[in-house]
Amino acid sequence: MKILTPNSIPEALRMLKDGSPDARPIAGATDLLVHWPDQRTSHAGPFVDLSRIDALRGHRWTEDELVLGALTTYWDIITDPRANDELPILPRAARTVGAVQIQTRGTWAGNIANASPAADGVPALMALDAEVETAGENDTARVPLDAFYLGYKQLNMQPGWIITAIHVPRRRCDFSSFIKVGTRNAQAITKVGAAVTHSDAGWRVVANSMAPTVRRCRALEDALDRGISIASPDALIPLLEQDLAPIDDIRSTAAYRMNVLARVLFHELAPVCPFIGTTSGRNAP
Amino acid sequence: MAASTRIEGIDKLAGRERYIDDLDIPGCWWGMTKRSPVPRGTIREIRFGPGVDWSEFVVVDHRDIPGPNQVRLIELDQPVLASEYVRHVHEPVVLIAHPSRAMCRRAIREIEIIVDPEPAALDFRVPPAPEQIQHGPDNVLSHLTITKGDAERALRDAPHIIEGVYETGAQEHVYLETQGMAAWEEDGTIVVKGSMQCPYYVLNALTHALARDEKHVRVVQAPTGGGFGGKEDFPSVIALHAALLALKAGRPVKIIYDRAEDMACTTKRHPALVRHRTGVDSDGRLLAQQIEMTIDGGAYVTLSPVVLSRGIIHAGGPYACDNVSIVGRAVFTNAVPFGAFRGFGAPQSQFAGERHMDRIARTLGIDPAELRRRNLIRDGQTTSTSQTINDGTDRVAVLDTAIRLADAEKNQQEDRAFNASHPYLRRGTGIACIYHGGGFTGSGEVHLASRLHVAALPDGRVEVRTATTEIGQGMLTIFTDIAADRLGLDRSRVTIADADTARVPNSGPTVASRTAMVVGKLVEDACDDLRRTLGLDPVARGGAVTDAIDNWYRTHPDREPVGRAQYRQPPGIHWDDETYRGDAYGTFAWAAYAARVEVDLRTFQTRVLGFQTVQEIGKVLNETLARGQIAGGVVQAIGWALLEECVWRDGAMANAQLTNYIIPTAADVPPIGVHFLENPYPHGARGAKGIGELPMDGPAPAIANAVADALGVEPDTIPLTPERLMELMTHARA
Ligand SMILES: Cc1cc2nc3c(=O)[nH]c(=O)nc-3n(C[C@H](O)[C@H](O)[C@H](O)COP(=O)(O)OP(=O)(O)OC[C@H]3O[C@@H](n4cnc5c(N)ncnc54)[C@H](O)[C@@H]3O)c2cc1C
Repeated sequence: MKILTPNSIPEALRMLKDGSPDARPIAGATDLLVHWPDQRTSHAGPFVDLSRIDALRGHRWTEDELVLGALTTYWDIITDPRANDELPILPRAARTVGAVQIQTRGTWAGNIANASPAADGVPALMALDAEVETAGENDTARVPLDAFYLGYKQLNMQPGWIITAIHVPRRRCDFSSFIKVGTRNAQAITKVGAAVTHSDAGWRVVANSMAPTVRRCRALEDALDRGISIASPDALIPLLEQDLAPIDDIRSTAAYRMNVLARVLFHELAPVCPFIGTTSGRNAP
Repeated sequence: MAASTRIEGIDKLAGRERYIDDLDIPGCWWGMTKRSPVPRGTIREIRFGPGVDWSEFVVVDHRDIPGPNQVRLIELDQPVLASEYVRHVHEPVVLIAHPSRAMCRRAIREIEIIVDPEPAALDFRVPPAPEQIQHGPDNVLSHLTITKGDAERALRDAPHIIEGVYETGAQEHVYLETQGMAAWEEDGTIVVKGSMQCPYYVLNALTHALARDEKHVRVVQAPTGGGFGGKEDFPSVIALHAALLALKAGRPVKIIYDRAEDMACTTKRHPALVRHRTGVDSDGRLLAQQIEMTIDGGAYVTLSPVVLSRGIIHAGGPYACDNVSIVGRAVFTNAVPFGAFRGFGAPQSQFAGERHMDRIARTLGIDPAELRRRNLIRDGQTTSTSQTINDGTDRVAVLDTAIRLADAEKNQQEDRAFNASHPYLRRGTGIACIYHGGGFTGSGEVHLASRLHVAALPDGRVEVRTATTEIGQGMLTIFTDIAADRLGLDRSRVTIADADTARVPNSGPTVASRTAMVVGKLVEDACDDLRRTLGLDPVARGGAVTDAIDNWYRTHPDREPVGRAQYRQPPGIHWDDETYRGDAYGTFAWAAYAARVEVDLRTFQTRVLGFQTVQEIGKVLNETLARGQIAGGVVQAIGWALLEECVWRDGAMANAQLTNYIIPTAADVPPIGVHFLENPYPHGARGAKGIGELPMDGPAPAIANAVADALGVEPDTIPLTPERLMELMTHARA
């Protein structure tokens, strides 16, 4: 097994090109190591360890953005008072990832690039209209996160490119909520998840573990923006079904996922949306 | 006695304890196992692919077994390595060894076992189709009955008959240390060292299949990272594999399962289906119990008949009923064999029994605690096997203490108000009354005839020699304290010999909650015998003992004084294996558990808010360890009740990973109240009864009963995952 340790972005990109098609970048390596040693042979290619590249480290606040370097960890955000104050959905999501060991190693960029439909960092970022900055040897690009997934584990990024940063608009949300229904209370993979925000840009509802990729529920967003009344959790389901397609797998069932997403969303939204719930205020669970 | 510190505790905490995987054995090769890809069929061909150089490997199959191709346990039906036929997925067929573990991994993928598949029996709950029958007329491998009075007639006359069907799932042990074993030959003796509960079980399996006498086989327990029954029967299999490879390779070979192999290929708790038909009068008094218990044995007998036996003996619960009929069946399927797991059938049958008590209570409109009070065994009354209970324990007080400590009545009032107002959270309380027999069932302990020695060493210390193993439960500490206490010595003057069959006598297996109660008693007896050997009077202690040891070695420098003990059945115990009647156990531990839960109707998740245990266990030997046993058992049972689901696909466990087989984390566990009541058992060490398995019996029914209380549905199947609860609520609404 070979691990390469570039000190700059250009060096990393060169190493990735030289080692193509098997070379792979690693950041915290928490995703990569999950299947160790079973898939060691399928991980034969050289690993390009990004962790020594200073340009990728840390996060910063600009006039109108929070910029996460590709090495920014969950812990970096959990411990940033400004993030807790301005964009609380990010630290809230971060706290649900694995447990402290993973939170201190795992990166937001790794979470995006790993492209798991169950990723917990991605929905929170997507609900804030984050954009992904990527770089190749001769070029860079900036793609909205909600356009970054083309299909299951398919990224809108060219082979040999890396994520260099994530840009999060500093937009005040008057409502934000992060929901993780995991297999247990910690060290859990999400069975049903959602991130919800409301700001001047309107409603964002993003679901994870509900489709081949993390996905925005645009039909529901639209209904919320227009204030269409929704009397019960079950009434949410037809809206959700327009964007989502959950499956049965070893962790849960499609029926559970859809039912539970509808219920948790309903009870998150009912207290803040006058048009959601019965007029009596006595709602079905 | 204040809780003394744990002997090996710091080594474990500091990571200094050396488990078998940590041991550097010079010249050792790695062993690995190639297994059946299908649940049932005839092996047509074994192909060795071109991807590795096979001349570098040692390869073993059934033809390399010197003796009979049988894993000796209760029956001899399980082959060490499949020869022509496979009966379950992952059945071992070929073994390989190589200096490099990575090369072994690669080579295993190069081997292909080609099997002509045959129809597999994969659902123990339904009668097999003709083409699935593999044993007798119906695949039933063990059939047992308990009869007391006339249940049929009493049911005909009963004013109320209440029926229920209950199901419990398989459970993986998830000991921290996976199975591992090393073997080598030393001066004509095959030495096997590894993770295990029962060195003499392993020894018996080795002498049989290797066709060697006991003198040429030596089994040594390495520090063992948990067992829970998973290292009762299975280590014989992996020990045989390591030994066969070592013999053929002519060098040491070590096999260490990784977590995925361990979870997929080793034993689990038997899944069970239990039907109850109960006759009661209008006050809720039990008039007749008719119970049918079926367990899935998997592909080989392993320990299924005795698991079934303990299961049905505990099925009636700690209640008095004059008319009982219990029928138990263990059936063969083509699942990976099920085996011993903490509780050994009793958690399954008592889940059903205690859920059923709640169903009776709800049907009759009687408070569940009151129903139990009316039926709990009073001294002088008998269990289902007609064993008279006369131990002076007030079982109603055990229950009432649990209810009081749990604040159950106040909580229930508060919860009713809470449930009426909360949009989606529902709270409830449930109780369970349980009992657990300590030691082997019936005449089991007499057949085991366990032995133990206490020797005096030239340096003045005494050494306890026993095949009982430390598996995390604290045996080293308990036995040290028992011996020190008996002889009046400082505990630094007591040492426990390694569990090495070349040095220690057969004290029976480390199972069945028998360590402190049965084998601990032998420590006391052997200490007494040592005193006799040293020529001391029966009350000599402390300085008198050390002086006598010094004197002994001055006069007999080359003869070691040894105190010997062998199990003697306490007087007045009678058990009849033919009729399944009599004193099933020397004694029972009694307990009452109360759970308070909160169900989230958005997610159908059940959270245990609080858990109170009260148990009468004879005598607490070490409070810290005893609390650890209870709290640990409760956590393990919370997992079984709510989270741990084995997902089966074609007879294989599809979620053999800790990411997808969900055991509780600290965040899933409530504060656990542990309260002991003591009523010393005259035949246990210092009055102790068995405690290790007891806490596995009660939590699942208490939690399910609490969910029933919260929601008004009857959760009769566990694990009660959110998905299963959603289904149940959907059906209840429909
Ligand atoms: C015990 C455990 C618990 C976990 N719990 C959770 C959880 O609750 N929720 C959750 O969402 N995830 C969880 N994970 C998964 C994982 O920790 C996260 O997805 C984490 O964010 C991955 O970041 P990383 O830096 O470790 O990625 P790595 O493992 O280093 O990389 C992951 C993938 O991203 C690629 N990659 C990494 N950085 C870049 C980059 N800059 N440009 C391009 N590609 C890149 C790698 O090639 C690889 O394919 C858990 C993992 C473990 C082991």
